[in-house]
Amino acid sequence: MSATTFGSGIRRREDPRLITGNASYTDDITLPGMLHAALLRSPYAHARINSIDTAQASEAPGVVAVYTGADTDGEIAPAPCAWLLPDSDLKIADYHCVAKDTVRYVGDIVAVVVAETRYEAYDALDLIDVDYEPLDAVVEPKKSAADGAPQLHGEIDGNQAFHWTVTGGGDIEEAFSEAEVVVKETIVQQRLIPNAMEPRATLASYTPATGELTVWNTTQNPHIVRFLCSLVIGVPEDRLRVIAPEVGGGFGSKIAVYPADFITIFCSKKLGVPVKWVESRSENYQATTHGRDHVQEIELAATADGKITGLRATVWAGMGAYLSTAAPGIPTILHGLMLSGVYDIPAIHEDVYGLYTNTTPVEAYRGAGRPEATFMVERLVDLLAAKLGLDPAEVRRRNFIPKFDNGHDVVTGLTYDSGNYDGALSKLLGESNYEQLRAEQAEARKHGRYIGLGLSTYVEICGLGPSQVAGAIGFQGGLWESAIVRFHPSGKVHVMIGTSPHGQGEETTFAQIIAGELGVSPDDVKVIHGDTDNTPMGWGTYGSRTTAVGGAALALAARKIRDKAKVIAAHLLEAAVEDMDYDDGKFFVKGSPDSSKTIQDIALMANVAWNMPEGVEAGLEATTFYDPPNFVFPYGAHLAVVEVDADSGNVELKRYVAVDDCGPQINPVIVEGQVHGGIVQGIGQALWEEGVYDDDGQLLTGTMLDYALPRADRLPDIEVHSTVTPSPHHPLGVKGIGEAGTIASTAAVYNAVIDALAPLGVEAVNMPLTPERVWRSIQAAQGRN
Amino acid sequence: MFAPQFDYYRASSVAEAAALLEQHPDAKVLAGGHSLIPVLKLRLAAPSALIDIGRIDGMRGIREEAGQIVIGALTTHAELAASVTLQSGATALSEAAGMIGDPAVRNRGTIGGNVAHADPASDLPAVLRCLGAEFAIAGSSGTRTVDAADFFEGLMTTAVEEHEILTAISIPSGSGGQGSAYAKFSHPASRYAVIGAAASVTVADGVCSAASVALGGLVPAPVRAAAVEDALVGKALSADAIADAARCVGDSLADDEVLGDVYASAEYRSAVAHVWVNRALTAAAARCG
Repeated sequence: MSATTFGSGIRRREDPRLITGNASYTDDITLPGMLHAALLRSPYAHARINSIDTAQASEAPGVVAVYTGADTDGEIAPAPCAWLLPDSDLKIADYHCVAKDTVRYVGDIVAVVVAETRYEAYDALDLIDVDYEPLDAVVEPKKSAADGAPQLHGEIDGNQAFHWTVTGGGDIEEAFSEAEVVVKETIVQQRLIPNAMEPRATLASYTPATGELTVWNTTQNPHIVRFLCSLVIGVPEDRLRVIAPEVGGGFGSKIAVYPADFITIFCSKKLGVPVKWVESRSENYQATTHGRDHVQEIELAATADGKITGLRATVWAGMGAYLSTAAPGIPTILHGLMLSGVYDIPAIHEDVYGLYTNTTPVEAYRGAGRPEATFMVERLVDLLAAKLGLDPAEVRRRNFIPKFDNGHDVVTGLTYDSGNYDGALSKLLGESNYEQLRAEQAEARKHGRYIGLGLSTYVEICGLGPSQVAGAIGFQGGLWESAIVRFHPSGKVHVMIGTSPHGQGEETTFAQIIAGELGVSPDDVKVIHGDTDNTPMGWGTYGSRTTAVGGAALALAARKIRDKAKVIAAHLLEAAVEDMDYDDGKFFVKGSPDSSKTIQDIALMANVAWNMPEGVEAGLEATTFYDPPNFVFPYGAHLAVVEVDADSGNVELKRYVAVDDCGPQINPVIVEGQVHGGIVQGIGQALWEEGVYDDDGQLLTGTMLDYALPRADRLPDIEVHSTVTPSPHHPLGVKGIGEAGTIASTAAVYNAVIDALAPLGVEAVNMPLTPERVWRSIQAAQGRN
Repeated sequence: MFAPQFDYYRASSVAEAAALLEQHPDAKVLAGGHSLIPVLKLRLAAPSALIDIGRIDGMRGIREEAGQIVIGALTTHAELAASVTLQSGATALSEAAGMIGDPAVRNRGTIGGNVAHADPASDLPAVLRCLGAEFAIAGSSGTRTVDAADFFEGLMTTAVEEHEILTAISIPSGSGGQGSAYAKFSHPASRYAVIGAAASVTVADGVCSAASVALGGLVPAPVRAAAVEDALVGKALSADAIADAARCVGDSLADDEVLGDVYASAEYRSAVAHVWVNRALTAAAARCG
């Protein structure tokens, strides 16, 4: 591999256009004759629609059409749920794109206005008169499961969308009945609201004369959008082109195909002109999918010397009013199967109840199920340490899965690929000077200062995943990836991929993979993605899979190119193929590196084909469809240091140290950026973020003035370190790193705050750890209520 | 996020603005726009017209005259924060202005717009109450002056009448031995004040000869904390004396007036207000030169 490219922190090639305003997002695209759609959304969390009067709106200036559920019924199929969780009594409620007779969350769509300008469309929304009959609402998952709770969907008893169970290893009842120590906790994984910098948008252009439809969409997975749109709208896939232009972040909220997307397409089809819909930030808060929202009752059984013997949990997962595209798999497959964490746990049992509530549908949100799992496990381990009077690092060490480099089975049924968990923790303790920090903490306590240290040792599952597994777990698609590598006559390279990066930097790292495999400069490689008409089929960018799966496809395609180039080179050098050698873009006869053919020489010859070996096709191009044999399992150890002001309850994050292992790093600067961003999002959950509904289902945190996103000035410098443990089954050994930080950091910060408050007797505080919550917990623990 | 339709007028003088206001009783005055524009975009207000006073000459800048610091209503928060005159003569004001929002907000938002809007979570009202500011208000019949105690009437209401415009704010120049400071519990999302405490103290011969403490954020309109002030006057400003005095702040907060929201309850704000009063006093005392 070229030492100067693969593994070096070259600058992101995406950035010049992004930071100079030259990037083109969906909202930047304007087509001739284009109209604008605006959506009327329900102000009630639960209500029957008695009538809708659109007469006045229809006659307003600039208005071309107004549609309600009566117009779309039968024309747009319900928005599909595409993760049909098996063995779970899954009950999918119809998600009508425009409500027919009932609205079930604030933001449910009631009508659409199409007008000549966006202002006219919004003005007309105010003129639609809807007669609502409000109904009782329920917003919390556990309350939704209770007897007497308002029922969302008449045909679905008890609001239960599914009941999923994972059981593995020894007898769980026995583990707890024979346990020497049991620790328990109830955790609320509060609802989070993703905030991509670019809100969602769709531009649909239907040409009646040809029956062709082009859709520009803020999506993480354009090929899935094409597939689902063809099913829902009825335009055949061969006439349907989906383009994800520049997409400004997603974090999971741009996986789903939304009612608004289908409605925009419907409008374009109906009117025969392009129609654009762009959500406002308020709509983003109300109606773009949310994340988390679990109530978790958890317990851990252990021996008196701190060896874990069993883990048991019951989770009530709020799903929102309807099941979003991938929603059922998030609190189950991506959560329950990871409950062994980095530990050897002989018995595990979890029940997960998915509940409909009168809230915005939830979906994957950075980490998607794994942060909620890591938090449970890492809390329990800390509780065990506190109960036994042991240092949290020591309890972890007593339970770590020992170092392995080619497969380790955990009782939930997964086979982790490789890991050295004690190695990561040891590095963390050394880099952070942990013992010194403990001494400083003890000293501070003498002076009435409350400093806390919090550890989180995590492993996560990503690089989703083997398609056979996808089928077995009910995911209604494959999870392989594709890549085409095409050499042009001048030696420049086009790479076409099925994934759809939207901020992760693969235009850079994928060029580095080509550089490493074929010895061309990354500057000579253009990575093309996001357009279903000129990229091969692929399943998209989520679950930290773009490099872990798509990168493997690319490396293997590059190796096919190298094999073919070697045959051509042998022919040109009049040597036998088996006598050929290759190094950094050059092919030569073994022992004669001075007389070589470069990959560019071969590219030219293959394209002109004047002198090709017998039976070898012209052109230098290769395609790979790569279906991974297993997931990948990155891991690491994080430490947070906080100080709590006991008078006000304010938490100051003083230091954050991370050790992550994602295998060999293609570009360490991009890895560090992903780790930073991930950690910050997890810290946001611990300290600031919460989507709050009142009892009537009104969203109280619906603007950036209310919903507290992390800000740079409240964060310390993040200290990033790594270890390198290759995945045994990945062609490059790499694992995903997009979500690892988020999966680790919430627990680290939370554990640190509880550690700080230990001398005051505080054992638990609900997240986010606002000053008031911390202050109240101190008052309660001190008997001062 | 698309404002309803409105007419737009740009006034070139205070008199013209006042006349326009009389012609358009439903109009809103536009200065920096940082309170008004979001309200329009969320369609929480639909005024028939906006009267832009942003380019009126003479309503901007900070000058000293006759023992007063006079601040034009169109002076931006960034200008307040950067003003050497304020940094030395009214430290609490420049300090508070520097804590508003973020640089983009501070570069556009104005002191006049801020206090005329009188958002209870705003920073400047408490500071101006603490420093004993006076407000110059112009209407078609001339200009009148109102003291801070009378200017802030309650939740988002001030002494400015419908057809009037706030033109300038004056505060007494700081005297020797005086120091002032502003301490803020800032909301993690909006950066508005959950609790804002402004303090000004004067030290003579080692003891506090005068004290003014005002609170914002947790009350509909800024209040003076007389009990805290009384506890300080005549004492040396030791850490203990400040802490004891700060704990008297509850006496100035009527239970039924304290504000609470989904982020911080009224009970909590009342209980911890002393922490920020203490911080403001401690910083102010350190500045008594």
